[in-house]
Parts: sequence; C-alpha cells; structure tokens
Amino acid sequence: MSYLLQYNYWIVMVLMMIGFYIVISHGNLVKKLLGLSIFQTSVFILYISMGKVEGGTAPILDEGIVLYSNPLPHVLILTAIVVGIATTALGLALVVRISESYGSIEEDDIQKMDNEQC
Amino acid sequence: MTIEFLVDIVLLGLLALTAIAIHKTRDLFASIMLTGIYSLLSALFFIVMDAVDVAFTEAAVGAGISTLLMLSCMPLVKKQEQPSRHHRPLGLVVVTLTGALLIYGTMDMPPFGSVDDPIQQHVAPRYLHQSMDEVGLPNVVTSVLASYRGFDTFGETVVILTAGIGVLALLGFRRSRAQEMQHRVPAMQQHMILRIISKLLIPPILIFAFYVQFHGDFGPGGGFQAGAIFAAAIILYTMLFGLSTARQVFRERYIHLLAAVGVLIYGAVGIASMLAGKNFLDYDALAANPLTGQHVGILLVELGVGITVAAVMIIIFYTFSGRLDKDDHKEPES
Repeated sequence: MSYLLQYNYWIVMVLMMIGFYIVISHGNLVKKLLGLSIFQTSVFILYISMGKVEGGTAPILDEGIVLYSNPLPHVLILTAIVVGIATTALGLALVVRISESYGSIEEDDIQKMDNEQC
Repeated sequence: MTIEFLVDIVLLGLLALTAIAIHKTRDLFASIMLTGIYSLLSALFFIVMDAVDVAFTEAAVGAGISTLLMLSCMPLVKKQEQPSRHHRPLGLVVVTLTGALLIYGTMDMPPFGSVDDPIQQHVAPRYLHQSMDEVGLPNVVTSVLASYRGFDTFGETVVILTAGIGVLALLGFRRSRAQEMQHRVPAMQQHMILRIISKLLIPPILIFAFYVQFHGDFGPGGGFQAGAIFAAAIILYTMLFGLSTARQVFRERYIHLLAAVGVLIYGAVGIASMLAGKNFLDYDALAANPLTGQHVGILLVELGVGITVAAVMIIIFYTFSGRLDKDDHKEPES
C-alpha cells in the first residue's frame, strides 16, 4: 500500500519513456515532435504531482481555508506550457521547410538523399 | 483510499494508454487527434491536483491551439508514416534501462501528497501566508507569476516572441503581392452550420478572453490563458472566412507590431520601477501605496503577456496557413 503512494511518479516515468521511445524509434519528423510533447507533458505531471498536498485546495486565498497546494510548481508549469507550444511551432516550421526541400519528412529518405549528394 | 486517488489512478492510466496509442498509429492525422485527447486528459489531471491555472492553460493551449497548429501543417507534409528501418530492439533496451533507473530513483521521493515534503517547506509557506499582505491578490499563482517571479515570466514572454520571429524567419518570406490580393473562396464557406454557429461563438470567446485577462488576479486565469483564448477566436475567424479576409480585418503588420509591444509594456513597467528608485520589476515603486503599486504593476504586466501571446499565436497560424495558400496556387495536391 505504501508503494502505491509513488504511483504518480511511476506513471510519469512510463509516459516519459513512451515519449522517449517514440522520439528514437520513429523516423517520421512530425511523430518525433509528438513524442517530444508527450515527454514534455510527463515532466509537467511530475512537477504538479509534487506540489499536491493531501486534502489541500487550489491556491486561491479565501477565508476559512487553511490547507493549500503548493503554488510554485503551478507557476513554473503554466509558463512552460506556453513556451512549449511556441517551441513546438518552431519545430513544425522546420519540418515544413525540410518537407519542401526534400519532399519527405522521413528520416531515412532524408538521410539517403544527403548521402547521395556527398 | 479516497475518490480523488481513484480518479488520479484512472486518469493517469488513460494517459498512458493514449500515449501507447499515439506510438502505434501510423496515420499522422489520427496521432495528432490523439495528442489533443492526451492534452485534455492531462488538463483533467491538473484539476485533480488543484492546479486550476495550469489546467486552464493546458486545455486552451495544449488541447486547442497546439492540435490546431499541427493540423494546419498537415497538408504541407505527407499524411502517412512510413515504417522505419530503425533498430527497434536496441531502442527498447535503452528505454527500458533508463525507465528502470528512473523508477528506482522515485523510491527515494517523499510520499505523494504529504504536507511534510521538503518541497512544501521552502518558499511556498511565504507565498501562501504573506502574499496577501505583500501583493494583496487572492490568486497566489498570479502573485508569484507576475510579482515574486516577474523577471522569470519576462524571460518566458521574450522566448515566446523569439519563437514567433523564428517561425516568421523560416516560413514567412517569399510573399508576392499579387497572391495576397487574390480572393479565394475559403474551404469552410460552404459549411453553413459551422459558419453560423462559429459566428455566434466568436464574440463570447473574445469577451471571455478579456474576462480571463482581467479577472486573473482573483480567480484562475491571466495573460497566458487570455492570450491563447483571444488567438483561438481569431484563428476560428480565419478558418471560417479564409486567410485573405482575416488579413484585411487583423492586418499582419499590426499583429507583428503588437507582439513586440507586449514585451515592451512588460519591460517598460520594469524600467518605470527602476526610475522610481526601486529594483527592476519591483511594483511597490509604482504608486504611493505599495499594494496599489503591486496591483497596477501586475495588471500592466499581465496585459503585456496577453498581447504578446495572442499576437504570436496568430502570427504562427497565419504563417502556416499562408504557406498552404501558396502551395495551392503552384500545384494542385494530388
């Protein structure tokens, strides 16, 4: 039972590894970006899980409430989400440019074309 | 075992399942839709964890705008994924090993949800107990975001602006005047139900964005979420009436300008507090009463964030769909 208390962290690691595996095992560049965003979300879940206090409530102050969850991870992750989408967009822009010059977004094809050019 | 804990287990299980489904699907369109579901599930999880502001952002940005951006670049690339010749077993070994090590690492983590965890002892008590006297806002997340860690948030706003500039630099060039002048019949014009419902929805979405922007001091919300929601309304308009119409309503040049103006407002508040004799972004200096100063400072700073986020999201969407228009002119997709 006491081990079940680490459940959140285990799932975080599982999600992180699924994201990591997608990044290294798929050749498709869009799929790699999806894998990265899974990885990213798993980090968000890790931070937010650590900030949770059993029996606490959302950190919006009100009379009669004594126990709040930790607001600091919330702040860090809130901004990270928006920065994450900005960087994903940049990655997508790169993918589109690659697709325009190579005609493919598969890593294998791009590698092959690069080797032929050399 | 509380209900909260059960919900937590189920949601995290669903997240893992969705992630596996994303790995298994070969169709990129389906993978992107699954990623949207994944984001929505994690938003639900954040609510269970009391992180309402984060859930709000994840739902607006992760499930909404991120999915949309991915879909809008779909027509520019191939839709089906090819089976890769990568050495899969080796990857699996690496991943399993890393995962096992990480899970071994979690054994040393303090128990989940305990009040005595080290993380709850350090700065959080000060934020929770003294922010009412020092900043004077009920929403602690906003106090920390805009005031205590204002410099950090400034940096993040600049990162967003930089990403917008980066996307423009990669895809925004090669624009010919003639193409921009052409009025094409947008694809969605023929869907009457979509058009009428969306027309009804756009004004409430815009008003809601303003509510989220200015009510962020007292409830969940703030510049980041409001910017994303505002951009969503304009993106909806663009999808409905086509890029050329949208460009006439919301001129690209002004949006580029606004993206920079948001960061400038943020920086100007910092400079103003320096001129008043305090540190950079110390809002106490902005008014005679420190609490009023904090309030004014946070309002302005959040406004800057909101403007930059909305402008950059619109720029990114314009740029992606601008590419699409040009490709249609050159060669019809087979």
